[in-house]
Amino acid sequence: MFSPFRHDDLKEMLDSNKDSLKLEAMKRIVAMIARGKNASDLFPAVVKNVACKNIEVKKLVYVYLVRYAEEQQDLALLSISTFQRGLKDPNQLIRASALRVLSSIRVTIIVPIMMLAIKEAASDMSPYVRKTAAHAIPKLYSLDPEQKDQLIEVIEKLLADKTTLVAGSVVMAFEEVCPERIDLIHKNYRKLCNLLIDVEEWGQVVIINMLTRYARTQFLNPNINESLLEEGGGADKTFYGSDEDEDEDEEEKEKKAEAAAMAKRKPYVMDPDHRLLLRNTKPLLQSRNAAVVMAVAQLYFHLAPKAEVGVIAKALVRLLRSHSEVQYVVLQNVATMTIKRRGMFEPYLKSFYIRSTDPTQIKILKLEVLTNLANETNISTILREFQTYIKSMDKDFVAATIQAIGRCATNIGEVRDTCLNGLVQLLSNRDELVVAESVVVIKKLLQMQPEKHSDIIKHMAKLTDNIQVPMARASILWLIGEYCEHVPKIAPDVLRKMAKSFTNEEDIVKLQILNLAAKLYLTNSKQTKLLTQYVLNLAKYDQNYDIRDRARFIRQLIVPTEKSGALSKYAKKLFLALKPAPVLESPFKDRDHFQLGSLSHLLNAKAGGYQELPDWPESAPDPSVRNVEVPEWTKCSSREKRKEKKVEKPFYSDSEGESGPTESADSESDSASGSESGSEGSGSASESEESGGVSVSEEEEEEEEEEKKTKKRELKKAVQESESEQSSEEEDRKHERKMKQQKSDSESESDEEEESESESSQSESDDSESEAEVRKKKKAAESKPPSKPAKKETTKEKKEMSLLDLDDFEPAPSPQVTPVNNLFSNSLVTDLEGLSLSEAVLLPATIAPSSALKSYELLHRITGEGLSVEYCFSRQPFSPDANMVAVQMQFTNSSASDTKSLHMEDVKLQSGMRVKEFPEIELLPAGETATAVMGIDFCDSTQAANFQLCTHTRKFFVSIQPPVGELMRPVFLTENEFKKEQGQLMGMNEITEKLTLDAKCRNEHAIVQRVTTAANLSRVPCGSDKECSPPVPPPEHPVHRFAGRTVTSGSLVLVTVATREEGAAQLTINCEKMVIGTMLVKDILLALTQ
Amino acid sequence: MINSLFLISHSGDIFLEKHWKSVISRSVCDYFLEAKEKAGDPENVAPVLQTPHHYLISIYRGKLFFLSVTQTEVPPLFVIEFLHRVADTFQDYFGDCSEVVIKENTVTVYELLEEMLDNGFPLATESNVLKEMIRPPTILRSVVNTLTGGSNVGGTLPTGQLSNVPWRRAGVKYTNNEAYFDVIEEIDAILDKSGTTVFAEIQGVVEACVKLTGMPDLTLSFMNPRLLDDVSFHPCVRFKRWESERVLSFIPPDGNFRLMSYHVSSQNLVAIPVYVKQNISFLETGSCGRLDITIGPKQTMGKSVENLTVTIPMPKSVLSVNLTATQGTYTFDLTTKVVLWDVGKLNPQKLPNLRGSISIQTGSPKPEENPSINIGLQIQQLAISGLKVSRLDMYGEKYKPFKGVKYVTKAGKFQVRT
Repeated sequence: MFSPFRHDDLKEMLDSNKDSLKLEAMKRIVAMIARGKNASDLFPAVVKNVACKNIEVKKLVYVYLVRYAEEQQDLALLSISTFQRGLKDPNQLIRASALRVLSSIRVTIIVPIMMLAIKEAASDMSPYVRKTAAHAIPKLYSLDPEQKDQLIEVIEKLLADKTTLVAGSVVMAFEEVCPERIDLIHKNYRKLCNLLIDVEEWGQVVIINMLTRYARTQFLNPNINESLLEEGGGADKTFYGSDEDEDEDEEEKEKKAEAAAMAKRKPYVMDPDHRLLLRNTKPLLQSRNAAVVMAVAQLYFHLAPKAEVGVIAKALVRLLRSHSEVQYVVLQNVATMTIKRRGMFEPYLKSFYIRSTDPTQIKILKLEVLTNLANETNISTILREFQTYIKSMDKDFVAATIQAIGRCATNIGEVRDTCLNGLVQLLSNRDELVVAESVVVIKKLLQMQPEKHSDIIKHMAKLTDNIQVPMARASILWLIGEYCEHVPKIAPDVLRKMAKSFTNEEDIVKLQILNLAAKLYLTNSKQTKLLTQYVLNLAKYDQNYDIRDRARFIRQLIVPTEKSGALSKYAKKLFLALKPAPVLESPFKDRDHFQLGSLSHLLNAKAGGYQELPDWPESAPDPSVRNVEVPEWTKCSSREKRKEKKVEKPFYSDSEGESGPTESADSESDSASGSESGSEGSGSASESEESGGVSVSEEEEEEEEEEKKTKKRELKKAVQESESEQSSEEEDRKHERKMKQQKSDSESESDEEEESESESSQSESDDSESEAEVRKKKKAAESKPPSKPAKKETTKEKKEMSLLDLDDFEPAPSPQVTPVNNLFSNSLVTDLEGLSLSEAVLLPATIAPSSALKSYELLHRITGEGLSVEYCFSRQPFSPDANMVAVQMQFTNSSASDTKSLHMEDVKLQSGMRVKEFPEIELLPAGETATAVMGIDFCDSTQAANFQLCTHTRKFFVSIQPPVGELMRPVFLTENEFKKEQGQLMGMNEITEKLTLDAKCRNEHAIVQRVTTAANLSRVPCGSDKECSPPVPPPEHPVHRFAGRTVTSGSLVLVTVATREEGAAQLTINCEKMVIGTMLVKDILLALTQ
Repeated sequence: MINSLFLISHSGDIFLEKHWKSVISRSVCDYFLEAKEKAGDPENVAPVLQTPHHYLISIYRGKLFFLSVTQTEVPPLFVIEFLHRVADTFQDYFGDCSEVVIKENTVTVYELLEEMLDNGFPLATESNVLKEMIRPPTILRSVVNTLTGGSNVGGTLPTGQLSNVPWRRAGVKYTNNEAYFDVIEEIDAILDKSGTTVFAEIQGVVEACVKLTGMPDLTLSFMNPRLLDDVSFHPCVRFKRWESERVLSFIPPDGNFRLMSYHVSSQNLVAIPVYVKQNISFLETGSCGRLDITIGPKQTMGKSVENLTVTIPMPKSVLSVNLTATQGTYTFDLTTKVVLWDVGKLNPQKLPNLRGSISIQTGSPKPEENPSINIGLQIQQLAISGLKVSRLDMYGEKYKPFKGVKYVTKAGKFQVRT
C-alpha cells in the first residue's frame, strides 16, 4: 500500500499553478495506473484539472478520468460540462475528442447526455466527428442496452453516410448493437462494396465479415448445381445411412429432388450484387494486413463459385511468412479449407514443409495440412518428408507425424502396406513415446485387415515386456484379445504375464486385461480359465469402481453359473463381434460451419457474440431491396412504413417493379457478352415472374404498364451498356455512386420513373458485364468485352432516345427541390445537375468531329512496288474489342498486276499491346482500292505497332504510330461533372500552358474544330449550370471544355481552353496519365497556334 | 473488440496494463501464465486461449508477451495483427521494443495506446498520424522538456486523420530531399542430406526511406516486373496502376516504411548461393561423435558471400564440443546446446571448414537424430531473383531528389538436413 503522504505530495503538485508540476504529477499518476496500482483517491484533485490549458496534462487527465469514472460516479459528473462545451467547439477535432472522452465515461447517469451528443454528432458536418459518433454507439450500448432502439436509428443514419472514414466504424457499431437487423444493410450494400477499397484496413475487416453474412442471406448458392450433384451421388448413401427416421428422409429427398429440378429448369445466374462483392474484395488480397487478407479469403471460401475460390490460396500461403501467431491462425483456417477444397492448395504443397526451427504448434498444424493434401499422386513425396520428420528431436511432433502417417495409410489404400511396414520399424525405436504412438496407430491400421498381419501382432505382443506407456500397452492388449485366433499360442502367455503385473497397471491397461481375459476365456477356455478367474478376482477388489464394475459384468456374462442370465448365451457374440475399423479423420472436419477466420472457428466452439453464418436461401430474396430509394424514405425506420407510403402515393410503386428490369438487365448483358443467350433469357424470365410474386400486391396492377415500359427500358439499357463498357472499372465505381445519388433524386421528381429505372439497371449491367468478363478469364480488369447487339440498337434507336430523354430532362430543377426536406437540399441541387448525365449515352456519336480525318501513309507507292497503303484513325469504336483503337487502312494497287492475299504477319509489339489483324484481302485487282479496319490496343502509349504487310510476293515492314490524340475516345460530361472530375485531377495531373491563338482561330467554332481534330474528344456544353461557378466568365471570353477517356485504361482526359483578350488563351489539361497529358498539350498547342 | 492489454515480461511479470472498457482484473493473466509454464518455450504458447469468461489473444515479440483480453467474438488475426502493429509502433518510437524501454517510457506508451484504440477498436495506427499527436522522445527533447516543462504531446491536432492520405502528414520539409529503396531478398530453402533442394523460394521486400518535402508522387518501375508472382503493398500504393501497368505509383509516407513485399514466381529456379558438405555422426559406443562441415560457393553470380554464419542445434544429450575452425570463430552454448559458427566472408580459394569431436553425456544412448544446419549469409549488391529497379520518377514537386537503390540478398530460413 502507498503511504497517504506520497499522495499528498501529488495532490499538492496538482493544485499548484505550474503546468510543469501538474504534468509531472499526472505522469506519475498515469505510471501508477499503468502498473495496475490504485490511484482512485486522487480523483478530486485530478478532475479539477480537466479544463487545464496544457494539452498533455489534459490528455493525461482524460486517461485518468476514463479509468476511474466508473468507480467515482458523482465526482466524475463534475467534468461533464467541460466536454459538453467541447462538443460545441468550432474545431472538429476538439468536438471529436470531447465526444470520445464523454462517451468513454461509464456513468449511467449521463446516458441521456451521451445519447443527445451522439445524435448531434451523427449529423455533424465533419466526417471525423461522425466517425467518433459511430465509435460512441457501442460504448453507450454496453452502458445501457435499453437505448438500443434509439441507437439503431443513429446507426441507420450513419450507415447512409458516404464517406470512407465513417463506414468501418459504423459497421462495427452495427455488428455490436444490432447484427440481426440485416435489413438496414440493403440500401447501403452497393455503397459499402464500392467504398470498401478506400476504407482503413481495420474497417475493411469488419465490413467484409458482415457482408459475408449478408450475402449468405440474400444470394443463391453459386455452387448449387454442384452440391446437388455431389449429394445425389455416392455421398448420399453414407449420409443417409446413419439416419434413423426414414420418413423424414423421404421428405428431405423430395425436397432435394425438387430443388434439383428447379436448378435444372433455371440455370444459376449470379446476382450482380453478389458479383460486385466478389469483384471489389479481390484486390484486398494484396493488403499488407493479414486480417484483411484472411477476411477476403473467408469471404471467397464461403461465397465464391468453386472455380474462383483458388485465388485465395496464394495470398494465404504468403501469410505463412509472417509472425508465428499469424501462421498459427492461418494454418488453422487452411486446415479447414483443405478438407473441403483440397485442389486449391495442392500446388503449394511444399510451402507447408516443416523446418526444425518452427514452433511445435506450427509444425503440428502444417502436418495436418500436409495430411489433408495427401493423395495418390503426391503421397510418396509426402511420406518421404514424414520420414525426415520422424527423426526430429521434438517428440510431440514425432508423435503427431506418426498419427499423420496412420491417417495417410487409411485414406490412401495404395500406401497402406508401406506405411505399416514403416511404422513397424519404428517399434524398435529407442524412444518410448515414438514406439507407443506407433503401436496406437498400428492397432488402428491392423483393424482394417488383421488376417494378413499376424506376424506384426506377434511382434507387438513381445513389446509388452518393454513398453510402459499405458495407451500403447492397452492397444497391444486389445489387439491380441481381438485377434487371439490369429495368435493362439502367444495370447494366453501374454495374459499370464499381465495377470502377474495386474495390480501395478494403469486403469486403461487393467480394463484391457479384463477384455483380453474375457475374450480368451470364450475362445480358449481350457488354457485360460484359471487365469481369467484370477484376473477377475483381482479386479473385484480394485480401487477403481469402473474396473470393479467391469469385472462383475464380465463374470456374469462369461462364467456359466446356474442362474446365469439369457445374455451369457450371446457372450461370444458380444465380445467377439466384428468391429468396424476406426475412421481416422481430421480434427478440422466440419469446422467450416463456423465462419472461417473467426474466433469460434479457431476454438471450435461458439464464442460469445458469434453470429452464425446462415445457410444459403432456397430462393433468392427480392434483389430490388438494394436499389437506392428516395431520400425521404431513408428517414423512415422500417420497411413497413415505406410500404404504407407507397400505397398512399401510387406513382412510387413503380419503383418496386424494378425487380423486373433488374433481371432482364441480367439476361441482356449476358447475351451481349456472347454466352448462351437463349437459356438465360428464359431463366431470367421465370425469375422475374417469381420476384413479382414475392413483392407486394399492388405491383400486379402495375404489371401492364410495366410491360409497356420494359421495351423502352431495354433500349436504354442497351445504350447505357455500350457506354459503360467503355468506362474503366475505377470510373465505374464513381459512376455508380453518382448514379445512385442521382437516381434517388430523380425519383423524387414526379414523372421521372423512367429515368431512375434505367439508371439502376445501368449499375446492374455494369456488374453483370464483369461477370461475363471473369468467365472469359480476361486478365486486364479494365478491358470490357464489347457487345455487338447492344451497339446495333444504340445506333438504331438513337434519335428516338434523344427525344425521349430530353423530354424527361426538360423540367427545371428548382421546383422539385422545394418539397424536399432542407437537410437534403444541398446535395440534391448538385445531384440534380448530375441528372443530365443521361445524355451522355447518346451524345458521343452525334458530336463526332465533323472535320475530315487525317490520313497517314503506311506504305509509299514506290517502296510498295505499286501498292500504296494509307491509314487513318476512324474514331469509330472498334467493335471486336472496345479497348482497341480502330485503324482504317486504304490499300491502293497502282501497279499493273493484281495483288493477292494481302495480310499482316509478324507483329512486333511493346509489352501489353495487342493487335486485332484485319481480315485477309484475297485479291486486289490492278488499279483498284480496298479498305480494311484493324484494331490496335496501344496500351495508352504512343509506341509504334510494327508488323509486316504481306502480299503473295513481297513483305513490307511497316509501323503505325498513333498521335496521342487518337488514344482516347470522347465521353460526354456536363460542365459540373467536368469541374468535379477536374478537381480530382489537380496537382501533378494538371498541366497548364499559355498560348496565343492563331489569328484564324479565334472564334468558338474554329477552336472546337481544331481541338477535336487534334484529339478525339467531345465538347462539354457550357452554361448548363448557373449556381455553382461564381465567377461567370464574360461571354466574350468563353471557356471551352473537352472531355475524353484513354482507350485502354479509361483514364479521364480533360482539356480546357480559356480564351482571353486578343487571342491570348490558356490551355489546361488534366489527366491521370502524365505522359499522355504532356504530349497532348504539345499537340493541341500546335493545332491552336498554327 | 479488445478489452484490455497486458504486457508481460519473459519471466511472467505483468508490468503494464491498459483497459479500454471496464477494468478486467489482472488475475485473468493467470490462465496465460499457466499455459506459458506448460509450454516451456515461449514460442509454443498458443496465441489464442479460452478461459471461462474471456478469450486471451497474445503475441510474443522482443521477449515480451502482448496479451489482449476480449470477451466476445473477434477475428483472431485482427487482434494479432493489431498487437504486432503496437509492437512495431513501439519499435518505431523507442528504437527497441523491450521491457526496459517500455518501462522507461510508460507515459508515452500509455498515450500511444490511448490513441491507437477507441473502445477497443483501432483508431489511429499509422505511425505518421501518431507522431503528429505524440512526438517520439529524443534525448535533446527530453533535456529541453525537463528544463522548460514542455511536453511530448503535439500542440497541433492530428489533421492526418482527416486527410485521404492518412499515412503522410502535411507540411513535411527537408533540406536534403532523398529517397532510398532497399530491395532485400531472402532465400528460404530446405536442402536434404545430399545437397539437393527439397524446397526453395525467394521472398523479397522493398524497404523505403523517403525524406521528401511536400506531397511528392512517386512512380517506381521495375525492369522485369513479371518476376513478381505475389505481392502485397503498403496502403499508399495504387493497386490499379499496378494491375494495369506493373508500376508502383504512390504518395509515400514520411520516413521509413515497407513499400511492398513479394514472392518470386515459383517457376524460376532458385539459385542456391552456397553448398554445404557435412558429416555429423555419433558413434555407437564411447559416447562421442564427429562433426565435419565445409562450405563453398555455388551460384553467387560473381558476388562475394558475407556474414556467413552456421547454427547447429545439437541434441540435448551433447555435453560439449571440441572443434577447430579454419576461418572465423565458433561458440557452443551449454544451456541451449547450440553451436554457432561465425565464418565471416566466404573465400572461394580457401573454403572454411569446421571439424572436431562431440562428446555426449556418458550413459545416455546415441542420439537418434542428426541436427539440422541453419545457414545465414548476406550478398551485397545482388537481388538473387534478378529483379531490378528501372527508374524512379517524381511528380508533384519541383525539386530534384537524391535517389538510390540498394540490393541485398540474405538467407531466410535456409536449412540443411543431415
